[in-house]
Amino acid sequence: MAMTKASPHSGDGLAVRLRGVSKSFYGVRANDSVDFDLAWGEVHTLLGENGAGKSTLCSILAGLYRPDSGEFLFDGEPQAFKTPKDAFAAGIGMVYQHFRLVANLTVAENLALGHGDLGVRISQKDLEARAAALGERYGLPVDPSALVWQLSVGEQQRVEILKLLYRDARVLILDEPTAVLTPQEAEQLFKTMRQMAAEGRSVIFVSHKLHEVIAVSDRVTVLRAGKSVGAVATADASPKDLARMMVGRDLELPTREARDSYGDAVLAVKNMSVLGDRGNEAVHDVSFEVRSGEVVGVAGVSGNGQRELAYGLVGLRPPTAGTVLLDGDDVTATSVLDHIEKGFAYVPQSRLGMGLGPGLTTEDNLGLKAFRNPPFSIGPWLKAAAFKEQGATLIDRYDIRGVRPGLPIRLLSGGNLQKALIAREVTLEPKVLIARSPTRGLDVGATEAVRNHVLSERDRGTAVLLISEDLDELLALSDRLVVMFDGRIVGEMPAEDATAENLGLLMGGTVSEAG
Amino acid sequence: MNDWWWVSTLAFGIGLGTPLVFATLGEIITERAGILNLGVQGTMLVGAVAGFWATFNTGGGFGLFLGVIAAVIAGALISIIHAVLSITLRVSQIVSGLALTLFGTGLASFLGKAGADPLVGEPSRATFQPILEGGIAEWPLVGPLIFGHDILVYVGVLAAVATSYYLFHTRMGLSLRSVGEDPASAESAGINVARVRYIHVMVGGALSGLGGAYFALKIVPTWQDDPIGAAGWIAIALVILSSWRPYRALFVAYAFGFAQFLELRLQTLGEPWNSIPSTLLAMIPFILAIVAMIVVASGKRARQLGAPAALAIPYFREQR
Repeated sequence: MAMTKASPHSGDGLAVRLRGVSKSFYGVRANDSVDFDLAWGEVHTLLGENGAGKSTLCSILAGLYRPDSGEFLFDGEPQAFKTPKDAFAAGIGMVYQHFRLVANLTVAENLALGHGDLGVRISQKDLEARAAALGERYGLPVDPSALVWQLSVGEQQRVEILKLLYRDARVLILDEPTAVLTPQEAEQLFKTMRQMAAEGRSVIFVSHKLHEVIAVSDRVTVLRAGKSVGAVATADASPKDLARMMVGRDLELPTREARDSYGDAVLAVKNMSVLGDRGNEAVHDVSFEVRSGEVVGVAGVSGNGQRELAYGLVGLRPPTAGTVLLDGDDVTATSVLDHIEKGFAYVPQSRLGMGLGPGLTTEDNLGLKAFRNPPFSIGPWLKAAAFKEQGATLIDRYDIRGVRPGLPIRLLSGGNLQKALIAREVTLEPKVLIARSPTRGLDVGATEAVRNHVLSERDRGTAVLLISEDLDELLALSDRLVVMFDGRIVGEMPAEDATAENLGLLMGGTVSEAG
Repeated sequence: MNDWWWVSTLAFGIGLGTPLVFATLGEIITERAGILNLGVQGTMLVGAVAGFWATFNTGGGFGLFLGVIAAVIAGALISIIHAVLSITLRVSQIVSGLALTLFGTGLASFLGKAGADPLVGEPSRATFQPILEGGIAEWPLVGPLIFGHDILVYVGVLAAVATSYYLFHTRMGLSLRSVGEDPASAESAGINVARVRYIHVMVGGALSGLGGAYFALKIVPTWQDDPIGAAGWIAIALVILSSWRPYRALFVAYAFGFAQFLELRLQTLGEPWNSIPSTLLAMIPFILAIVAMIVVASGKRARQLGAPAALAIPYFREQR
């Protein structure tokens, strides 16, 4: 690492000051000469699209990565953290998107983990008392004796924040903390963030949801393609300004056009139950219909049975109860292949691995569902020419970029992978399209393309089931919404009646339409 | 089969179970760090030959003490092989552990035959004897069962108590468990995952080595090629039976020792007991060991029994 020689103690009252910080991975510049100032006692948002370099910058601040070049001052002192431990010791702590909690330990034990100040001997009682006192002080209530795996995602996040406060972190980095929260839980988190800032701590908030950014932060630093575009006070900025800084152009994501009538029910699910990985019932007694030309959005906080719902519908995990009807035919207990042949298309959440064969070429992947039939195969023999021809057509039609002949598809970017996956699924002209979080992790351009493909399937007359955790996307694309909580459908409403607020209440399980 | 018969069988069972106590505790400690060490058998053999050799060259009570020290050190050192392969080089832990067992078995056999004056066939110059003779050691029931043992039996009990306390009531124990459950989280809490794993693989090896030495210095006090039978494999199975908890390990190790001794005793009882083929009985530990392997290998079932979540999974610190 080549840190430039540090300037003398600045005494400028800044918690963090970055100048010209760069970091490359395998020749790709994730951060390119980034400047960033963090004052004490402020909530400061890092805003940017996926891949803009937010996470890399946070990881540098938290000591996980070392910058290739540039100046990093913490409280006026030059820093060269070697490990997260060093950053932690200095007072910078981070809540990662994937929580770093040990699931089989209690909340109190997780807080105490790696804490050097404790004696050699530890007593569960003491640990729990300390944890409870801290939670009370910051309005972050959790049961200190509970095992972490028993907690909800929102509670786990509280434990992560408490972990930082337990060690009196002065700078707290929260990497997309609201992605796993209902709007109401996010509201509570914002209160805690404001309280921490009021105590003189600094909070770095990472997000790309503009309304949240404006609601909670004092200032915003925008990153685009690895570079810092600038910093603005939120008081002076509108969502539109921020969006333009973030994307570099005015943007208008496609939304559905309302429609008066729909076709017949194509997919009908009656009282379906599906088991989860632990043998529990992850989907319980679920019933709904999707009509031709309709997008039904399934809202819910991650882990409330959405994955198992999709598995149950496409035959990956046969339901333990209930029926799935396609155009009136019972397909409940049939194989995945039967589902495909009858007209099911599935866009899973993990593009590589479940959706696409990472080591196969793009052309092979595009033919991976049709290859059993002519013209792709005749008897046991594959017809390379047919793959090639279809590949060329689809790559062109779906604007899949970066394809090089003979090279594995995993080298493509996330957006192009998703375009390829959708191309393969819809080229068979399915009757039902089931898509899980299809734009997760994509940049705006790819999001736009994917949304357009979903909407054009709808207009073609396909029954679309859109399972997503992104409320904005669900509200933009769905004709009708159902809400899943704890494996059940707790609410159903036409798009016209749906708002982030009423969906959020249902997603949190606090209200149910029936009750 | 009078009362005395049962009491003495139980007492001998405790003696036969003691090396299993050490090896099982050692493997529990290792697996709690997320490392599956199938090299227990080899480690025990190396500990056995080291302990026997040290005692053979000194003799007397002090010789036994040196034997124990040598076995502990040898066990810890030989298990470094597994630590380097599985922690630093991230080799499959199954392969690495099996390699250690093959290597350790061969090494112990070789050392036993090496030199102008090989150990093979030599009786040990000192063996562990009961601490107390007469007095309370001859009281009915509690005498042989509780007071009639040699020092390592009591050390084994203390080791179980200490391991349990260490795991659940110390800071290092918490670090150890977190590393076995979720190394990424442990690392982000400032714990040096590789160091914790190295240390506990070595501690586990040391205890296995001690268990091996107990065979050579007490149970079969004449050096032979294979003094420990299948004890190493049985210990791995016992870890699962004990669901990774030290006190249960004590219990299952004694139970197994008792069962083994019972098998020998049955032969001396005459009809109908000696008509049970001894080969059939001798097979039982191996069947148990195979079942145990299958359980460990089928991740999900193992976790339901209480296995550390990261057991046998190499840890890569994710750098994109």
